[in-house]
Amino acid sequence: MRTGRCGRACRIGGFVIATLLVSGCHPAVLDPKGVVGTANSTILIDSVIIMLAIVIPTIAATLGFAWWFRAGNRRARHRPTWAYSGRIELVVWAVPLLVIILLGGVAWVGSHELDPATPITSKTAALEVDVVSLDWKWLFIYPEQHIASVNELTIPAGRPIHFRLTSASVMNAFFIPQLGSMIYTMNGMSTQLYLQADQPGDFHGLSSHYSGDGFAGMHFEVHATPPDQFATWAAAARARGPVLDPVSYGELAQQSRDVVPFTYRDVAPHLFDDIANQKMAPAPGPAVRNGAEVANGAKP
Amino acid sequence: MSATHAPTHVSGLAAKRIVTGYGFWIFLLSDIIMFAAFFATYAVLQDATAGGPSGHDLFDLHNVAIETACLLASSFTCGVASIGAQARRAWLFHGAMLVTLILGGIFLALEIREFAGMVAQGAGPTRSAFLSAFFTLVGCHGLHVTAGLLWLLTMMAQVFAKGFRADIQRRILCFSLFWHALDIIWVALFSMVYLLGAGS
Amino acid sequence: MTLLGKLTWSAIPLDQPLPMIASAVVALAILGILGWVVASGRLPYLWREWITSVDHKRIGVMYVLLAMVMLLRGFSDAIMMRTQQALAFRAPGFLPPEHYDQIFSAHGTLMIFFVAMPFVIGLMNFVVPLQLGARDVAFPTLNSVGFWLTATGALLVNISLVVGEFARTGWLPYPPLSELAYSPGVGVDYYLWALEISGVGTLVSGVNLVTTILKIHAPGMTYLRMPMFCWTALASNLLIVAAFPILTATLAMLLLDRYLGFHFFTNTDGGNVMMFMNLIWAWGHPEVYILILPAFGVFSEVISTFSGKPLFGYRSMVAATMAICILAFMVWLHHFFTMGAGADVNAIFGIATMIIAVPTGVKVFNWLFTMYGGRIVYSVPMLWALGFMVTFTIGGMTGVLLAVPPADFVLHNSLFLVAHFHNVIIGGVLFGAFAGYTYWFPKAFGFRLHEGLGRAAFWFWIVGFYLAFMPLYVVGLMGMTRRMQQYDMPEWRPWLLLAAAGAAVILVGIVLQVVQLVVSISRRDELRDLTGDPWNGRSLEWATTSPPPAFNFAVLPTIEGEDTYWTTKQRARQQRQLADEPDYIDIEMPRNSPTGFICAFFATIMGFALIWHIWWMVIVAGVGAYATFVVFAWRDEDEYVIPANEVARLDRARRRSRTDALAAWDAVP
Repeated sequence: MRTGRCGRACRIGGFVIATLLVSGCHPAVLDPKGVVGTANSTILIDSVIIMLAIVIPTIAATLGFAWWFRAGNRRARHRPTWAYSGRIELVVWAVPLLVIILLGGVAWVGSHELDPATPITSKTAALEVDVVSLDWKWLFIYPEQHIASVNELTIPAGRPIHFRLTSASVMNAFFIPQLGSMIYTMNGMSTQLYLQADQPGDFHGLSSHYSGDGFAGMHFEVHATPPDQFATWAAAARARGPVLDPVSYGELAQQSRDVVPFTYRDVAPHLFDDIANQKMAPAPGPAVRNGAEVANGAKP
Repeated sequence: MSATHAPTHVSGLAAKRIVTGYGFWIFLLSDIIMFAAFFATYAVLQDATAGGPSGHDLFDLHNVAIETACLLASSFTCGVASIGAQARRAWLFHGAMLVTLILGGIFLALEIREFAGMVAQGAGPTRSAFLSAFFTLVGCHGLHVTAGLLWLLTMMAQVFAKGFRADIQRRILCFSLFWHALDIIWVALFSMVYLLGAGS
Repeated sequence: MTLLGKLTWSAIPLDQPLPMIASAVVALAILGILGWVVASGRLPYLWREWITSVDHKRIGVMYVLLAMVMLLRGFSDAIMMRTQQALAFRAPGFLPPEHYDQIFSAHGTLMIFFVAMPFVIGLMNFVVPLQLGARDVAFPTLNSVGFWLTATGALLVNISLVVGEFARTGWLPYPPLSELAYSPGVGVDYYLWALEISGVGTLVSGVNLVTTILKIHAPGMTYLRMPMFCWTALASNLLIVAAFPILTATLAMLLLDRYLGFHFFTNTDGGNVMMFMNLIWAWGHPEVYILILPAFGVFSEVISTFSGKPLFGYRSMVAATMAICILAFMVWLHHFFTMGAGADVNAIFGIATMIIAVPTGVKVFNWLFTMYGGRIVYSVPMLWALGFMVTFTIGGMTGVLLAVPPADFVLHNSLFLVAHFHNVIIGGVLFGAFAGYTYWFPKAFGFRLHEGLGRAAFWFWIVGFYLAFMPLYVVGLMGMTRRMQQYDMPEWRPWLLLAAAGAAVILVGIVLQVVQLVVSISRRDELRDLTGDPWNGRSLEWATTSPPPAFNFAVLPTIEGEDTYWTTKQRARQQRQLADEPDYIDIEMPRNSPTGFICAFFATIMGFALIWHIWWMVIVAGVGAYATFVVFAWRDEDEYVIPANEVARLDRARRRSRTDALAAWDAVP
């Protein structure tokens, strides 16, 4: 009987796992492609394993006790007044405490090593990318290359990227799941993040903080290319496209949704700093008439 | 059975006056926490003057001193009113409450004048985050004082109409706790906002 | 400025079929029920016995009823969200963002403030005085005010469906999105005033229950003899008293920004958006403990009753409860690790969050050892308790995981987070609410709920829960963030379809609960609780009849140790007779009062007028509310007397039914 039940459980479990594999499930967060993401996901998995050491026995004991001590089971020892045991109390307080001490150590070390503003140690210097979240698209400024890109991020693989981030309007969060940590963007200040794509590849990026009606469209493709291809791309972007200056920035800052990616061939100097310290006024919200919204970037 | 009937209580159960006072204390503690949130906000936004005037530019400590004197004195007269209520002396109670009302009224008038003056100078609450925090914190206290004065008038009317009944006595207790608490908050307020702000 | 402020006919969304149909259905239902009440002559009874009641038992029932009705509304929002996400893969779905964003905001707001809060507050209101051996809470009329103000908040949120719009900012309105510049409509104002008004109600309830637990109990009921539910109620209400003022202040600041042009949280002129996050979560984290602690209390009662054993490690449980109460205030930053506060700050708050897991774990183990050596009966409340113990452990684990900042850096705001908090709120708070509802239903109404339908509802709920939320953990690990009206990652789709199927299963569970209630009422004579102690309970509420008389106890009981009713009952069983009849005296009870209802009436009008900028109406309603209190203060008769012979008559009937039960009791335990 017992082996039969075990065999059946194993078959069901195997079926589920097979389904998952067949469905191509590769959760992005657990399939990182960069040093930061790798460290994040290692800590995640290690923490889960540590906790499972308590969680699995607890759940098993719950189901086990519930079954064994059911009223109909006369074989179970009935102890109707047993309500205290010093030894059990000691264990019951100590075990979670010990686990938390261990996890706390993981949290302390991990928080310091993986603080978003901590540079990635590397032989190559970091590429500077300034990020501005607008309603409802992303602006990526490459100050060293004097170009900018909207809703598409091209970076060299194998090289750390130093992001400085701000928001033109409301709070957003910049997140590339397969590369690692996210960070908030807020108007009037700038945050920092270091990420790296270890190998060339294409990744999905998005805003992970709800920012209004066009929020669902705030995703962007990330292209990690070999370094020479990156230089080629940057040169090509330098050759065509509009110029990003305060006037064109003002147009970009109007609310719009599902913006098709494009690049700017030149960027006004200090534009990011001006946005971050509010020399450029925050981007406006929806147009209003008689107290009601009449235009908020929705396509007609 | 009217409210003048002495409430029966069994030993182990606290008397109504104690329970009422206790409950009102808990409420006052919650109110103090609300003020604490405004205090914390003020502390964070103290320097967010957005290029506009700061406390140093605006605060008139002379005015604040008069306000403080009025409020502290009104706490004393409120105490006298409580004594009058407990001794069931209507003229003492009404007289002391009236003086409390006047002192509280002077406090409010001075505060309103201060606010109006600041607004006229272009230093109203919409000028900067610092001023928003200042007007809200001090204004919240002022609103509490206003509500307190309304309550004061209601208590005077109640005593006038119904005398020193047990339930009215409990309400007088709550009122005086409220009034004294406002005084304590004012002490924190003028220290943290005016004294520190004017000095910086 | 027109006579009606910003309100015009265009506020009614005549061009949107969904809200118009929904409101029409609700309006018809309300009119139908009202019509039936009036036509059958029940209105005087309703007014006298319920609307103007200051009896904690009636108020508790009304709180729970409000919660269950709002659960239907909040759940229909959930069904719409799951359906939208199942459909909206590279497609617009059936809900444009303007609607989807209101729906998820309303879903969260309703579920937290108008389902979970009223449910636990209702249970605490009903049970705590009975468990303490008291006649009522400390301030009965204030209790009524608190309930009706909560109902006002719920009403305002629901009115936004048909007049105007609701907030599109999520259940917590982060600035600058919630500022006037980016949310110029009335939606955020509906949210803010509904919560400011109901927040007053909640605070009042908190003051009431703290005073009751600390000051009003039967002779001999020392603190360490109180049932565990009273301890968790105390901790929860202390948190309410300490935390809700912060919410009041923070929302007031946002209101000042929106109405008077202040600059607390605006982008310019010195406003500080990060400060909102700190303030709102300084309230927000204690809020979730406000919700879960009473549920923990329910489980302590249920598990010990249905294992037939006293609660294991009572003092340890008390210590753990109060530790959770205090620690609740020290962890708020874990809600925004990704704001960039720096490694030290993040790490400290992460560790503090994990420390809370210790007393919580202690509670789980103590429940385990309560079952150990017992004789467990799988009643419906016990099923909910077992489901909770498994489910909440998983949810707690994912919570501690999210407390590790580097893990949170990749999971914050994702559907993993959404799965975590639903895991603990549904698996913890809602399961506890359902367990408490089933457990104390017979005490409130005199008959039990139908057992079979209760079991079926439980199984559909728990299977539906896992089906709906486990896929969300997966899709969160796939990088999907929350609140997405549509998406284009194909690998997310199968999991969202699974989640939608889970929601459908939960829907069956909810339907079964409604059916259970209807069937139980129609078959109430079969399900009658004749003794007042249908579960062989351990605490004082089971010493009364079902339902208890207005005065709860004819004579305030003398308390002997923990589980005092159990001790009394065992002695009566051994001696095969009840204790001697006590000396009956007159009992004074507080009079009913319409103050709460009328005050809430004015509060509703005032809230609506504030939302639509109808200033004259604000003043009129404000004066009306004040006048209501003055009229209340002016009354001369605030109590009525139940004469001793009436008390004796009721109590002797109770003693007769208990004696009959004793005679039938088999001495073999």
